[in-house]
Amino acid sequence: MKTGTFERGTHPPDSKEFTAAKPLVTAKVPKRVIIPLSQHIGAPCQSKVQVGDTVKKGQVVGQADAFVSAPVHATVSGKVVAIMPYPHTLGRDVPSVVIENDEKEEWVDGLTENPDYLSLDAEAMKASVRQAGIVGMGGATFPTHVKLSPPKEKKIECVILNGAECEPYLTADHRMMIEEADEVVAGLKVLMKIVGVDRGYIGIEENKPDSIKSMEEACRNEPSIEVYSLHTKYPQGAEKMLIKAIVGREVPAGGLPMDVGVVVQNIGTAVAIYEAVRYGRPLVERVVSVTGRGISEPKNLRVRIGTPLSSLIEECGGFKYDSGKVIAGGPMMGMAQSNLDAAVIKGTSGVLVLSPEESETPPHGPCIRCGRCIDVCPMGLQPAMLSVLAEAGMYEDMKEYDLMNCFECGTCAYVCPSKRPIVQWVKLAKMNLAQKK
Amino acid sequence: MSEAAQHQLIVSVSPHIKSEETVSQIMWTVSAALLPAFLASAYFFGPRGLIVQLVTIASCLAFEAFSQKVVNKPVTLSDGSAFLTGLLLAFNLPANIPLYVPIVGSFVAISITKHLFGGLGYNIFNPALVGRAFVLISWPRQMTTWMAPVSSFTSVDVVSQATPLNVAKLDGMAKLLEQFDGSKIQLYKSLLMGQISGSLGETSALLILIGGLFLLFKKYITWHVPVPFIATVVIVALVTGNDPVFHLLAGGLMLGAFFMATDYVTGPATRRGQIVFGVMCGLLTMLIRLKGGYPEGVMFAILIMNCFAPLLDRRLRTTTFGAVKKKEAST
Repeated sequence: MKTGTFERGTHPPDSKEFTAAKPLVTAKVPKRVIIPLSQHIGAPCQSKVQVGDTVKKGQVVGQADAFVSAPVHATVSGKVVAIMPYPHTLGRDVPSVVIENDEKEEWVDGLTENPDYLSLDAEAMKASVRQAGIVGMGGATFPTHVKLSPPKEKKIECVILNGAECEPYLTADHRMMIEEADEVVAGLKVLMKIVGVDRGYIGIEENKPDSIKSMEEACRNEPSIEVYSLHTKYPQGAEKMLIKAIVGREVPAGGLPMDVGVVVQNIGTAVAIYEAVRYGRPLVERVVSVTGRGISEPKNLRVRIGTPLSSLIEECGGFKYDSGKVIAGGPMMGMAQSNLDAAVIKGTSGVLVLSPEESETPPHGPCIRCGRCIDVCPMGLQPAMLSVLAEAGMYEDMKEYDLMNCFECGTCAYVCPSKRPIVQWVKLAKMNLAQKK
Repeated sequence: MSEAAQHQLIVSVSPHIKSEETVSQIMWTVSAALLPAFLASAYFFGPRGLIVQLVTIASCLAFEAFSQKVVNKPVTLSDGSAFLTGLLLAFNLPANIPLYVPIVGSFVAISITKHLFGGLGYNIFNPALVGRAFVLISWPRQMTTWMAPVSSFTSVDVVSQATPLNVAKLDGMAKLLEQFDGSKIQLYKSLLMGQISGSLGETSALLILIGGLFLLFKKYITWHVPVPFIATVVIVALVTGNDPVFHLLAGGLMLGAFFMATDYVTGPATRRGQIVFGVMCGLLTMLIRLKGGYPEGVMFAILIMNCFAPLLDRRLRTTTFGAVKKKEAST
């Protein structure tokens, strides 16, 4: 098997032991689901239902006309009880459709099954993906049909499935590759058909030998698909790093994977694509790792989108301590939550609960220019310089140090011996510059 | 649900995990790497050597606390940085120096060079080296009256002796070799083991090298400064017809290359900048050794290059991922 990696990066403890061996279990469907009208990058949806409406599972409740957007669906059958701003895992309150579950689990009419799905033409497949509201489920939440619609001049040569799951703790993709290997491969084949290529790769970090084995098994009769074992190194799963590791190409700074002829999709996204094309099913559930030292029984759960985080905590035996951080996503890039009423969205790959000690933010000192951040930055930036400029409020000057190429992976802040909040400053600088425009 | 409601949520920006490495851990480990040379100096120069070491370290700690108090900053003696400065400053002093000299040197190093410029992380010049430069210029005679190593810890006979670099400079290599029965091997051996006169910590090239290799192994430093520095010295010696092994082992080259030029704060942070920094340190060292008024040039070479560190970081940037390809694409 081929192996690969990228330059620089770092090795945080992978902390996968909490849930790596735990099979997927279906979480209890909550009494109420909260469907935020924006769960993706792009235009927010407009509500397509009224308070009091009866909806069925899979029914569109929000949609936008813009191309860069993704519709949202009811994830249970029941009654719309409110349409109101609601706490959201990504920070601000977002208008959301609240649905009371009637527990009938009735699917919406008109979902078309396609047993012979691979013979569909690419445009029909892409339409299914768009209708299903599929977005990047690794956390980026970029609408998938947009990624699958490169302009004509960009020739796509291969599709890479991202099974790196380099964020510590998270095991959602890990478990899917073991338990739903055939669906993953089917999803990849659909993707290859949509973009018209005969080359597919699945990149998996070598700390998941069981996933690698399972995917190799599933690809036994697929000569056009190759499984890559990637070095366990953060951020191996960042799109640009993954492409570098597998096809050896560097996505131009400020560019997109399509500029080097590659389309990258997450494992969970591939499964969702398969289900959309094969069964006509919209995206109504996803796998979430509920993990960490602060939760009583860590689990890998199959969760209905719209389930409040508090229900997942309850499902996993509750908190172990009376304080701590609850993070939507992984520890390197995830968002600490201030309100557990916020619901799982399409991009929520994990709910990480840290113990009180782990949740402390150590005091930071001055930059001693040790250069560790420079040695690890996967983008080849000089975070030390960015941090010093940001601290002095010199945001304009940060652009000269390629501020805009930072994707906030947190590798610099992780290794910094002075514990400087470099990512926080970078976010602040970007916000300031955006406001000036 | 009620349980969740009682749970106090802590919120901060990602990343939510941090490596265990801290600044004080780095400082104390570097200090530990100097331990063999520290012990050797006590062995070679007896109690007098030890006294100079302790006075210098104590002064540096005292001035650190004093300077931080004056500007109402938290006192951070435990971060180890002032201790390390004291250790390095003492390594650059002769064993028989009057004790007011290290005290003044510590003041210049810590209060002026470090804290007047903003404290840890903000100083332009290596504090220990500025401290040393100041006392060398202020007390040139005391700073160049070297004590020959004593044969045992209890012996108190102090014999003044010029350093090998000094002898070689003023009287030529032939004269220096006379001290070692005309044998180059004997000279090299003495330089390596530390049985020569000189500053407290820079006499044994071998022990400094062991400390330096330890830091390399721990990845606290990389080859990017010391190797170009040392290689340049050797190459210049070869090209100019001087004895490369002598220039490698004599004076403060090992201490400078592994422990002073590698100082994070006062050197470049980019790898490319570090290589240029190392080469330039080597060139300046040899320029001073061969053509300058001082027998040893390591200190001034590093101090001069300290000024250039920010410029090197600006001009010798890292290459942003995908940057080269973008240029190609646009042309």
